[in-house]
Amino acid sequence: MSTALLEVEDLHVHFSVGRGRDRQTVRAVDGVSLRLERGQTLGLVGESGCGKTTTGLALLRLVEPTSGRVVFDGTDVRALSKRDLRAWRRRAAMIFQDPYASLDPRLPVGESIGEALDIHGLHQGKQARRDRIGHLLERCGLHPRVADRYPHEFSGGQRQRIGIARALACEPDFIVCDEPIAALDVSIQAQVMNLLNELQQDLGLAYLFIAHDLAAVQHVCDRIAVMYLGRIVEEAERLDLYREPQHPYTQALLSAIPIPDPVRERERERIRLEGDVPSPIDPPSGCRFRTRCRAVFDTCERIDPALQEVTDDHRAACLLHGEVGTPVTS
Amino acid sequence: MSEPTNDPAEQLQAPDQPSEPRWRETLSALLANRLAAAGLVILTLLILAAVFADLVAPYSFTDGDIVRRLEPPSRDHWFGTDELGRDVLSRVIFGARVSLQVGAVAVGISLVVGTLIGLISGYRGGWVDAVLMRTMDVLFSFPVVLLAIAIVAVLTPSLRNTMIAIGVVFTPIFARVVRGSVLSVREEVYVRASRSLGASDWRIISRHVLPNVAAPVIVQTSLSLAFAILTEAALSYLGIGVQPPRPAWGLMLLDAQGFIATGAWWMSLFPGLAIFLTVMALNLVGDGLRDALDPKQRSIIQSRGVT
Repeated sequence: MSTALLEVEDLHVHFSVGRGRDRQTVRAVDGVSLRLERGQTLGLVGESGCGKTTTGLALLRLVEPTSGRVVFDGTDVRALSKRDLRAWRRRAAMIFQDPYASLDPRLPVGESIGEALDIHGLHQGKQARRDRIGHLLERCGLHPRVADRYPHEFSGGQRQRIGIARALACEPDFIVCDEPIAALDVSIQAQVMNLLNELQQDLGLAYLFIAHDLAAVQHVCDRIAVMYLGRIVEEAERLDLYREPQHPYTQALLSAIPIPDPVRERERERIRLEGDVPSPIDPPSGCRFRTRCRAVFDTCERIDPALQEVTDDHRAACLLHGEVGTPVTS
Repeated sequence: MSEPTNDPAEQLQAPDQPSEPRWRETLSALLANRLAAAGLVILTLLILAAVFADLVAPYSFTDGDIVRRLEPPSRDHWFGTDELGRDVLSRVIFGARVSLQVGAVAVGISLVVGTLIGLISGYRGGWVDAVLMRTMDVLFSFPVVLLAIAIVAVLTPSLRNTMIAIGVVFTPIFARVVRGSVLSVREEVYVRASRSLGASDWRIISRHVLPNVAAPVIVQTSLSLAFAILTEAALSYLGIGVQPPRPAWGLMLLDAQGFIATGAWWMSLFPGLAIFLTVMALNLVGDGLRDALDPKQRSIIQSRGVT
């Protein structure tokens, strides 16, 4: 556990909204620490608005982090100059959620893929470029000749394959997958997941796999981090997390996964989360989850729980596991 | 959406025909649109007439036969003659030169300057945006003709200054149209995707932003060409645009005004018709271009099988 590919420490991304006296700070990501080993997949799960996409974007500096450290293979990503950052981006790619919006409608899809090659000067001559684009398309299950077609001629699943081919173009070590299957038909989701799995095995890629429920990531991740309102609330090895969820929020998320067995499904106990996610402009004092937690007790509003080791290699931020954290000062 | 997803053949579909160069694809899509094709024909004829005016026009545009003044259309003078006995047809043909030139140059100026300002403003945002757009607002707040008059008055009336004045007057329109589109395109996921690959601002602007703001700009160009020709006509009509004896359509209308009461309808009808035809043709071509440049519209046009 010494040379992780990606190490994130206390990442913050804050946005200002409003002007003048109405100026407020949205704490989209508020102290996130992550670790990703080479060739592994880390699942990042949470409800919409919890800051998981922003975390992904901030890692690649597509959104500038407010503070914190992002170290990628020994490189301090936040310290890179504009120029070095562009060159570094060869090593880290992103796959986007909406395959309909992520391809330029005015470019033939081959050009969208070829762009990555042009930027980093990865091809020698026109023919080599064409061959490389064709090869990438083929790798992702499409015919090389579709390179001349425009995005609107493809289905959602095909477009996502093109998006994956584009991400692979620069031979990255790391890909942020931002809910890559959430916008697809259920029947296609499995195909795209299989493709991602294959690519990982063949190319040794590391994924940060962002998803909004635990069902989507249960088969693909090595480790899973659960995020709530800008914080990681639980982080563990996949099976460990599924078997023994420590945080009430993770338990609620897990209880939402349907079981493919009618008898057990009927007996499945569901924990319903009441209400909406509180605003990240003004998060609750103490534990952020206390407003919706079924195990809440009076200390919860007074101490902001720290992410701590609960069992071996399994961390959670909940006062049920010892009152460790920052007392609220006011 | 129902997709035959488990069929690998669907994924392997290849285009039936080798791809054409992009400009030819655009052109054939443009010609498939009948109205646009008609507009293109009219425009081509007008441009040819303007370029080869010396060959096409039956008479000189300056020398008239004072004896045969104010004659209605006849076999000798198809569009009649004006108050100095000059052939109206010849003057309309030579007038096309001035009008088209003013339109093209003036709109060219505003297109280039306005697009540049709009791009910088929309892409950079912040104080740059604020300064540029407030400047445009000031220009925009004047009535078009009034501002043009003011500029020409300062620069002294001439063909060149008319073009500059109209160019300046139309710049804010382009700046606004471009800025608005850039603001929305800038936030598109594909722009973010391109940045995630390591694209520079320059690449993003030239490869993704510009092509995607092209549609409204093209429509605006065709509209502005029409308005520029009208503005030139208005300025010439007011006597501060093109100077006589050079024939310009607006100038001819000004001359004709005095003779409407005497029944010389041909003096105003034909230059007016010329303006109308040009403006209409430009609008038709502009609309057609907008559709032809959009890959999605293009395949709809082509799949209809009209050629």
